[in-house]
Amino acid sequence: MKSIPVGFSVFILLAGLLLGGCSTLPRTTPDTRPAQRTYEDLVDEKQEHPLEIYDPLEGFNRGTYRFNYYFDKYLFLPVVSLYDFVLPNYVEDRISDFVDNVFEFNNLFNNILQFKWKGAGITLSRFVINSTVGIGGLWDPATSWGMHRQTEDFGQTLGHYGAGNGPYLVLPILGPSNLRDTFGIAGDAASFAGIGPVSWAESNTASRTFTGVSTVDRRHRQPFRYYQTGSPFEYEMVRLFYTKKRELEIAR
Amino acid sequence: MWKCVMRLSYLVVVFLLIFFGSEAPLSAGDSFDYPFTNPYEATVIETPPPYRATLPEDVPTRVIKLKIFPERKIPEVFWYENGLPCSLVYQQHEAPLLFIIAGTGARYDSPKMLQLQRIFYQAGFHVISISSPTHMDFIVNASTGMVPGNLNEDARDLYRVMGHALDQVDDSIAISDYYLTGYSLGGIQSAFVARIDDQRQRFGFKKVLLINPPVSLYRSVTILDRLLDQNIPGGLDNFRPWLNEVMQNLSDIYKEMGYFEFSGEYIYKVYRRYPRLEKYLRAIIGLSLRMSSSNMIFAADIMNGGGYITPTQAEFDYATSLTPYAMVACRTTFADYFHEYLYPRMLQDHPDLTEQEAIDRLSLTYIEPYLRQSSEIGVLHNQDDIILDNGDIDWIRKVFGTRARIFPLGGHCGNMTHPEVVRFMTTYFSTEEG
Repeated sequence: MKSIPVGFSVFILLAGLLLGGCSTLPRTTPDTRPAQRTYEDLVDEKQEHPLEIYDPLEGFNRGTYRFNYYFDKYLFLPVVSLYDFVLPNYVEDRISDFVDNVFEFNNLFNNILQFKWKGAGITLSRFVINSTVGIGGLWDPATSWGMHRQTEDFGQTLGHYGAGNGPYLVLPILGPSNLRDTFGIAGDAASFAGIGPVSWAESNTASRTFTGVSTVDRRHRQPFRYYQTGSPFEYEMVRLFYTKKRELEIAR
Repeated sequence: MWKCVMRLSYLVVVFLLIFFGSEAPLSAGDSFDYPFTNPYEATVIETPPPYRATLPEDVPTRVIKLKIFPERKIPEVFWYENGLPCSLVYQQHEAPLLFIIAGTGARYDSPKMLQLQRIFYQAGFHVISISSPTHMDFIVNASTGMVPGNLNEDARDLYRVMGHALDQVDDSIAISDYYLTGYSLGGIQSAFVARIDDQRQRFGFKKVLLINPPVSLYRSVTILDRLLDQNIPGGLDNFRPWLNEVMQNLSDIYKEMGYFEFSGEYIYKVYRRYPRLEKYLRAIIGLSLRMSSSNMIFAADIMNGGGYITPTQAEFDYATSLTPYAMVACRTTFADYFHEYLYPRMLQDHPDLTEQEAIDRLSLTYIEPYLRQSSEIGVLHNQDDIILDNGDIDWIRKVFGTRARIFPLGGHCGNMTHPEVVRFMTTYFSTEEG
């Protein structure tokens, strides 16, 4: 999930920057009449509003949002439901624990980068315990012993050192992000491949299999379904939710 | 000495409660064993596992898509809409069929709908779940006038949808009898649907259960609107400082707990640690209704060619920014919508209708004689439901008599998975008399 789409994302991002000018205003005709209740009348323009997040590429982002909807519907979710159908829940949970354990590398790396020694210590202990007592990471006894996952990614590290969000971005397949977190994804993928588990793996097949399985596992664990919110403003809601969630994760 | 006896008897009581508590008859009414005495907490916070009935995890489900108006052209801004999805949960053998109507803004597969599906699947029913007529899927695909809120019209639309849904599935399941239920707005709509069926007799519902319905729709939404205005000081233009405060609290909680997850269990843990949440809970309930009504108003306006919160004769597509319209929609209360949009619509059909008469039509009181004489219609409600006004519970008791079951606690639909409530719902439908 992490290594392949990044180059693709950067490409799309550049394409988006070039095409970014596409209009986000409704097309009007000479017969168009203004609404009875308007923005100008009802919204205090002197205030900042949480819903209005910096999104200069909105037209392009909405296009990607639509692409992701179709990708999800015709490829991602069918694969996930096949996965759900074939494997018993118990096996799926073991896979999830295994995937999480491998990705502890990123948590450890970013805890260290932020000098969060306690988080780094917990992460290291979790990795050791889960890899041994948890038999290669298939189980997660550490959590039940009160050692919760200390999730840190490179986007959080950048944020920790003061990098702002930058423009909001919807990435192909990966979904909501922003400029800082896109760099974050790229950074994590690079360290994961360069000095992390991928570089320790003995075969390319193993790391490719892991990429495939972890991608499906993550979608399987993500309950979000497009337009299940029942809101025509789902794009706005996801944008606000993502932005606030990242603020929270960075402030921790 | 007395102290000693007191302590001993106290211990005995505790001992008895521990060993026999769950088996003790709870018909005494006020012995309802439910963790939230504050109705706002009950409404928002998921019932913790010890107070939840055990329900099947997976139930056999089929999603069906209904094209009610195949000739209708769906505007480009709703590029993801192509038919109204409903779900069928089915038994392998002949069984009664229950229709469930979702609450305000909810889809056929919202968490409460899934709970009801599991409850009634376990009790041996086929279940067809229908999204609320206030949900955009319904407005876009299945509503005739596309101006939701008029209970009579919404019920006619629902009745048509239920017929179409049945036509699609009745080859594949064997049905013995028909039943109907709905919660919240879906509860009051169930009563209006039952009234239509009384005339048209397509289903001949053996029993209908209204779960936590408003008595007057207008009064209930006014109460909920007020929750937002009173608990976010300065209203939505001051949403930012309010949200920042919430975020700060969440951040403190996150730091203190050491982890964060989006689960009912986590929220319950937070609640145990920070019990003074009420003003946030009130605001959240108000916000949640405002979001549902924003979605509804935007969908209705676009489907009717604009003019209310969007310009007329304008084309919106997938790339159009809807943020400014979301900002306007969430500054539009249900009362605004009623006075400025719904009531003028109702006037077109009934030129003499006053506003008060229109408000009265959107209520159970409007069909009181029908409700009094219909022995097949019952109500499940909570004494402390936040959407009710003073006197509403008394009115329900008076009109429904023994057909009303009022639980002392539970807020608005908060106790639906409590074993006592589950037992009541399932036995209500399986016994012959009310």
